[in-house]
Amino acid sequence: MTEMGEGGHREIGLSPRLLAEIRSGLMRMLPQVIAVVAAFIVGAVVLAVTGYDPVDAYAMMLRGAFGDIYGIGQTLTKATPIIFTALAFLFAMKSGLFNIGAEGQLVIGAFAAALVGISFDGLPALIHVPLALLAGALAGGAWGFIPAVLKAKLGAHEVITTMMLSYVATYLTSYMVNYPFKAPGWVAQTVPLDPSAQLPRILPPTQLSASFIIAIILVALTYIILQKTTLGYEVRASGLNPVAAESGGINVKRTMIIALVVSGAMAGLGGAGEVMGVHDRFIEGFSPGYGWDGLAVALVGGLHPVGVVIAAILFGALRSGGMTMTRVTHVPLDIVVILQSLVIIFVAAPMLIRYLLRWREHKG
Amino acid sequence: MNIIDIINVGLFAATLRMATPITLAALGGIFSERVGVVNIALEGMMLTSAFTGVAISYYTGNPWLGVLAAVAVGGLLGLIHAILTVTFKGNQIVSGTGINIFALGFTPYMSQIIWASRGASSSVNSIKAISIPILDDIPIIGEILGNQTPLVYVMIVLAFIAQFVLFKTPIGLRIRAVGEHPAAADTAGISVVRVKYLGVVVSGMLAGLGGVFLSLGQLSLFTWGMTGGRGFIALAAMIFGRWMPLGAFGASLMFGFADALQMRIQSLGLLPPQMVLMLPYILTIVALAGVVRKATPPSDYKPYDKG
Amino acid sequence: MTQAVEMLGITKTFPGVVANDHIDFSAAKSETHGLLGENGAGKTVLMSILYGLYRPDSGRIMVDGEEIRMDSPATAIRHGIGMVHQHFMLVPSLTVAENVVLGNEVTRSRVVLDTKRASDEVRVFSERCNLKVDPDAPVHTLTVGVQQRVEIIKALHRGAEILILDEPTAILTPQEVEELMKAIRALKAQGKTVIFISHKLREVLSICDRVTVLKKGRLVGTVKTGETSLSQLATMMVDRQVLEVFKKKTVQGAGAVLNVEDLQAVDDRGLPALKGITFDISVSEILGLAGVEGNGQSELVEALTGLRRVRGGRILLNKIDITAASPEKRIRLGVSHVPADRNREGLIPDFSVMENLILGSQSEEPFARRHTVLDYGAASRYADGLIADYSISTPGRETPVRNLSGGTQQRVVLAREFSRNPKLIIAYQPTRGLDIGATEYVRGKLVEMRDNGCAVLLISADLDEIRALSDRIAVIFEGRIVALKDPKKTDEEELGLLMAGGKVD
Repeated sequence: MTEMGEGGHREIGLSPRLLAEIRSGLMRMLPQVIAVVAAFIVGAVVLAVTGYDPVDAYAMMLRGAFGDIYGIGQTLTKATPIIFTALAFLFAMKSGLFNIGAEGQLVIGAFAAALVGISFDGLPALIHVPLALLAGALAGGAWGFIPAVLKAKLGAHEVITTMMLSYVATYLTSYMVNYPFKAPGWVAQTVPLDPSAQLPRILPPTQLSASFIIAIILVALTYIILQKTTLGYEVRASGLNPVAAESGGINVKRTMIIALVVSGAMAGLGGAGEVMGVHDRFIEGFSPGYGWDGLAVALVGGLHPVGVVIAAILFGALRSGGMTMTRVTHVPLDIVVILQSLVIIFVAAPMLIRYLLRWREHKG
Repeated sequence: MNIIDIINVGLFAATLRMATPITLAALGGIFSERVGVVNIALEGMMLTSAFTGVAISYYTGNPWLGVLAAVAVGGLLGLIHAILTVTFKGNQIVSGTGINIFALGFTPYMSQIIWASRGASSSVNSIKAISIPILDDIPIIGEILGNQTPLVYVMIVLAFIAQFVLFKTPIGLRIRAVGEHPAAADTAGISVVRVKYLGVVVSGMLAGLGGVFLSLGQLSLFTWGMTGGRGFIALAAMIFGRWMPLGAFGASLMFGFADALQMRIQSLGLLPPQMVLMLPYILTIVALAGVVRKATPPSDYKPYDKG
Repeated sequence: MTQAVEMLGITKTFPGVVANDHIDFSAAKSETHGLLGENGAGKTVLMSILYGLYRPDSGRIMVDGEEIRMDSPATAIRHGIGMVHQHFMLVPSLTVAENVVLGNEVTRSRVVLDTKRASDEVRVFSERCNLKVDPDAPVHTLTVGVQQRVEIIKALHRGAEILILDEPTAILTPQEVEELMKAIRALKAQGKTVIFISHKLREVLSICDRVTVLKKGRLVGTVKTGETSLSQLATMMVDRQVLEVFKKKTVQGAGAVLNVEDLQAVDDRGLPALKGITFDISVSEILGLAGVEGNGQSELVEALTGLRRVRGGRILLNKIDITAASPEKRIRLGVSHVPADRNREGLIPDFSVMENLILGSQSEEPFARRHTVLDYGAASRYADGLIADYSISTPGRETPVRNLSGGTQQRVVLAREFSRNPKLIIAYQPTRGLDIGATEYVRGKLVEMRDNGCAVLLISADLDEIRALSDRIAVIFEGRIVALKDPKKTDEEELGLLMAGGKVD
């Protein structure tokens, strides 16, 4: 749609315009959809070559994820923390920063919330819950603040610093939960949170908790912030063209710091949600890589808040359905990670998708 | 117990060993970045190669075949990264992340298939340390240099070769030109695409060598996630060394020292293991914070479009 | 006589534009042939095809009578064609010799680079063709004029018999242009064919034997320079007469808006770029800043807009010290900026027209309620108003700015910057890359703002533009203002001399 010279054209009527917008929305999602399909195809090849029946495996995954109310509940439960980490990656990405340390931010936020949850008893839930959530967000935000400042002041690449801090968070919390805050017993975990700090389950007997609701609210909030506020405008401008943004009076460095802090806070909030809603305590290794899932989901979701929810449910399904699959077909659970990586790889190659589309056009 | 239990010649010998995988991966990072492609998949390449080496050694009984296979697999992953970023002009960070996650899933998956264990493989034939005849008789230096796994010596030689190739040969000139100003290289009649592919594939091969060192050179098995972030520390070493092979070698020695020290302290039970394990990562952050201001990358990382 | 090079029926299309439309072109051996046309006429594209950088949609290329499929620069080089581009193809960190031999390296035993021999070979060419260079100097330390010589030597080293020079004088001082002309004559004497791409009529007439004129991708004609004139060529090049002189209101001096006192700053490498700049601009005045690119202009603009910290001196806007003020504060106080590279600095390509129009005011009333929430209603009304006032041709205010033409994009920038009722406008190369119509519009708007009381700093590489629009002309050289002239009392020669650092008594 290149405009050269004088004379534009106006769109006549509302209906064709609406249709065009829907079509363009679908077209925009097409590369991601194809990426997912391609990933599953390659995954099937991997399964077949190593002696498993891909149809069986995928069918079990589907059944486990959506087959009954328990499955759906578990799918959404697993999707919840992924929504948080995906939003975290998305928000940082909009400002032009790669936050690949969401895993660490999630974990540190989880621990901070647990700390608040076990340190007070006798607090009314109305105070205790928000306090714990706030602690999680602050801890995650702090974990985003460090790389942000290093990048803004010293130009240190956030890819490496967020990654490193992720390792630090894992080890730090591991230390905490193996020594000073260890509960009696064999498992490396804290004592349970005071009931006033726990989030209610909303779909018994599944583990689905109010954390899911918080996630959905956060999705809406993210969309509103990005599209409807000055901060969102400045974040997007800084990400798309920092030089022009700077010229236009935007303090790009400050905006980037804010974006990364908010990003970390979102992941931290997700960790808090897990601790307060699902596990009721901090357990070492409770995250099977939600941070990485979030990255993939953000990309598959086309960096759009709504896409993120859809993709998160998909990945949640992979994780919860995966457990059923492993139990029944004995396919190692890691195939789920392989599938996720394939999705990322195919999403990373937009032109590949376009080639495939053009190829199908030629044939059709 | 006194300081000599920690700081002794053995520590320096260990430093060299710890520095080996980091240097190799950092050399890989240099070749990729010098042609203008960011490669954060060093970690995944190392991990997959570490696994491959052990798997091949398991099936053939020959650790050197394992090394060969590991290097080849590293190169293959490099090829995939190159295809995604150079030909399909995909985002370099995303592609690298995809490869890293792939490694995290693929290695335990295959481990389960082969050895029925996601956590560790069985023990395989590994590469034995060798003694260099005259060298290991020299006091102190001999203890550090004279008695190491052959891969350590390979690493040292490769570091010097890489420096030479990059700055004193025509191909090195072309690599630097392609990374810094691809249009200039193009109009000089150089195939930018071919040189980029070369850089990235070599990068994978070097990372692969670094990875297999961990599994076959230092131990004789593969364990889950055994690279432990070294691929990222290698990136820091690369930046610290200003994208020059010998500089990266020096920086890797520093990180290797931290690694060796950490192991020593852990084995002596002085501090809780986690606190000690954290050290290299914190050190990396500090290093990046202190160094990066003055270090400008040599390359233009945009995908090259002739139009 | 076989032509050294012949191009027949060349057609090349890019998305949305026909760059070359069935063009025939030929140049004889030892001929210096000019390729003349406006910006966007298709000259560079045509020669890029000859050099193998682009493949034509149709047409044939013959070198020395033999038809060649020019599929890459390597092929072109093999057939004796060399090209010196407008934007240099030199690797900054490598030395002159390394750049010259790149792709064609001189080696010892095929493995090691023989830097000494490369150096010597460069020296030989340097002497033979009157092109002075130091083979061992890293390219990033060289001035633009010297870098150009390196480019020519590079082409010669590869055996070029046909040399394409793309707008070679765009970045040279008048004196350096003379040096180049001498070098071209030396090349001609050696039997080389030179194709001289330019939009500068005078130069083409003076150095070329024949000239081919292109207009909007089509061939207008080929004439011998001895048999034509400036005005005939000008008519061939453009559709209508160029408005040379702008009518301006005579305004009484009314006090300075901008005072710059002894301004000092360093460039990105830490070297001094501004070494004590002092000047002022009054109400209703256009101060034109003439100078060769790279003498501190961009650093000055950045210092004035707040994008670069200064090391010394002061900047006063209507007596308020803004030396250390943030870009945002300066915008509030009435500083507007039309940047040299609108896509990189002036616009956010993926943002819509409306979003670009409120850039800089996005946290102000009425667009932001209480500085946080955007009011799209207000923004939309504002955008619609500007689209009408400035005749911005866009399908709608939601259209991403990247879809618009260069001229339209510049209108968006102007609309945004000028509608804020600024006190000071900094216009840096405001008409670069624009066609005749857009250029006229921009110049007209600048004069209009000046007439309405604005102080304007006009920085341009186009001396004609500076002389046509300015009330006063300042010359910048090596980070200092070396002269302040009345445009009616100076000429191109004097300005050129000053731009090159010469002294006028």
